[in-house]
Amino acid sequence: MTTQTETEIQTTIAVLVDNEPGVLARVIGLFSGRGYNIESLTVAEVNTQEGLSRITIVTSGTPMVIEQIKAQLERLVPVHKVCDLTMDGAYVDRELALVKVKSTGEARVESLRVAEIFRARVVDSTSESFVFEIVGDTGKLNAFINLMEPLGLVDVSRTGVAAIARGSRPL
Amino acid sequence: MADDQMNGSQILLKALEEQGVDVIFGYPGGAVLPIYDEIFKQDAIRHILVRHEQGAMHAAEGYARSTGKVGVVLVTSGPGATNTVTGLTDALMDSIPVVCLTGQVPTHLIGNDAFQEADITGITRPCTKHNYLVKDVNALARMVHEAFYVARSGRPGPVVVDLPKDVMTAMGDYTPVSRVTHRTYKPRMKGDINLIRRAVDIMAAAKRPILYCGGGIINSGPAASQLLTEFVRLTGFPCTLTVMGLGAFPASDPLYLGMLGMHGTYEANLAMHGCDVMVAIGARFDDRITGRLADFSPNSRKIHIDIDPSSINKNVPVEVGIVGDVGHVLEDMIKVWKAEQASPDQKALAEWWKSIDQWRARDCLRYEKSTKVIKPQYALQRLYELTKDLDDVYITTEVGQHQMWAAQHYRFDKPNHWMTSGGLGTMGYGLPAAMGVQVAHPKALVIDIAGEASVIMNIQEMSTIAQYRLPVKVFILNNEYMGMVRQWQELLYGGRYAETYMHCLPDFVKLAEAFQAVGLRATKPGEVDDVIREMIETDRAVIADIRVDQMENCFPMIPSGAAHNEMLLGPGDEAETPVAEEGMVLV
Repeated sequence: MTTQTETEIQTTIAVLVDNEPGVLARVIGLFSGRGYNIESLTVAEVNTQEGLSRITIVTSGTPMVIEQIKAQLERLVPVHKVCDLTMDGAYVDRELALVKVKSTGEARVESLRVAEIFRARVVDSTSESFVFEIVGDTGKLNAFINLMEPLGLVDVSRTGVAAIARGSRPL
Repeated sequence: MADDQMNGSQILLKALEEQGVDVIFGYPGGAVLPIYDEIFKQDAIRHILVRHEQGAMHAAEGYARSTGKVGVVLVTSGPGATNTVTGLTDALMDSIPVVCLTGQVPTHLIGNDAFQEADITGITRPCTKHNYLVKDVNALARMVHEAFYVARSGRPGPVVVDLPKDVMTAMGDYTPVSRVTHRTYKPRMKGDINLIRRAVDIMAAAKRPILYCGGGIINSGPAASQLLTEFVRLTGFPCTLTVMGLGAFPASDPLYLGMLGMHGTYEANLAMHGCDVMVAIGARFDDRITGRLADFSPNSRKIHIDIDPSSINKNVPVEVGIVGDVGHVLEDMIKVWKAEQASPDQKALAEWWKSIDQWRARDCLRYEKSTKVIKPQYALQRLYELTKDLDDVYITTEVGQHQMWAAQHYRFDKPNHWMTSGGLGTMGYGLPAAMGVQVAHPKALVIDIAGEASVIMNIQEMSTIAQYRLPVKVFILNNEYMGMVRQWQELLYGGRYAETYMHCLPDFVKLAEAFQAVGLRATKPGEVDDVIREMIETDRAVIADIRVDQMENCFPMIPSGAAHNEMLLGPGDEAETPVAEEGMVLV
């Protein structure tokens, strides 16, 4: 195989689709059926008037595979637009995580201190636990979660990546 | 508007009529009773009652491929719908436009595990180009029109429309096709003219060019075949066709090298391997074409024309990829070629043809003749010789050795006359496909070149053929083995014929009679011509049981995982190196 020697790259793709039943299943089925990676996938309606949803997919593969992924996505009938944010220039990506930490004493104080450094907010508290809300890119969230691990981390919920191009131009 | 309201079934039939549908292949059942009741009350659309829903799908494919129109299938919910899955996948792989209407349980029962319920939009999502579940009777007409548009536009394919029973009885409004436009799906037809110019420049500088053309040309329509023929003759370049493309360029033309690929000709595959410029037109670099990718045509600049952007750079990276309908692109290409007065190096081209003629001289399709047993190749050569001068001959095949022999020995000069399951390799395709072709062309001679194992998979359609008095001819090359699988076992698995011999096959002559057809048999070479003549002259369905050499192998052959220049030409040829593990895992 000619593609195996090439190095894999990570890319963030934005897909604008008709918000109709089964459209997410089509996208996910395409990835599983053709053996592509999904590292993160988020979806929500972004235009209620026209009934459009936006899917943000973080995926990885060789440049040839990435090109295939985009062409295959474009081929799906309810897809309006496919945009490779990584390829097309600068973009902003953010993820939100809710992180539950169960601890008392020094560990509890330390978790609050770390949260402050990361600008995470406390959104729920009991005498023996916190739920932190943190927003940032994937790397920042990973770092925060890693630091919370020894401080009593018991549960994590992440939204996956939402991304948008920098500058004035829409998708 | 209330006066104009119709029930869902009436809306459906009106939409089909407006789409120009004249025949439906179908099978009734509980969920589609309201639709069948409307079919009963009208005359515009003919219904062909098949014996199994898979048969309906392949019949619709045969109908579509021989007419260029969209084939239509109507089946009930649950098992009726799941039985179409093989046919849908077949149509997807070969890019055949089919609209499959499936019944569904009433909307309030969906998800309840109701009787004969299946999540058919879920099941068919990966094996259709698109599918619809109609939940609102007022959206029904629009969705049906969209389904036809999606099925036939761009790279054609199968589309499922799932029809809950309550929607088919609800009253609603009809939307005429003139008021339906698709929001997103607008395939690109015209190619980028700058890329076409670049392609022409590369071709004009070619010393060892080849045009490698496929089913995209057939799908584009007969005009594309005309344009291809004009272009090949204009350039003087050699042309080879895939199994899906047979008929796109006349096989009788001296510029034609025959089919390429795993069982393609020596000259076509060596020309692919040795060329310096390759132009792929409506073909998709399938693994049966490329062999080992690393050694596929290593020294050529490649140009690829395809209507599907995802086909370009999928398996083989190309220098120029032109997205567009091959007919439109060829038209522009001819204009540019003429305008630029492109003139390739004639001396180099003559040298190239000299090499090709040397490869041709190997006569790779020859086989050992016999006066005792019928060689399958001989039977097909005789079939070709005795039918080639007839007006309208359509050939379908099943899947296996006989299919490859038919592709090698039956020569097509026109598009849309060759129907075979190329991508999926569906045994049982040929008989129902022939039935669909015969429905579309009642006066034509339609022959299913079959193997005895494949034909049994959908043999029940002989009953449909009898009911509608379709004079389909079934030409069975009977070797009592699953021949292609047996051949691989012989060549790659030490002759251990695991489960490829069929005991207790039916007596095909008696079987024909049981289905009110005529049964014929040939057991010696001397009987072949008489059987073929009698088959052609009989104005009813015929099963001809041709008992052929059981151990004959299909050559030439590129073993899987091998390169084009590592072909086996005949029984005397051993693979130079034993097939590697990597090749064994490929099928």
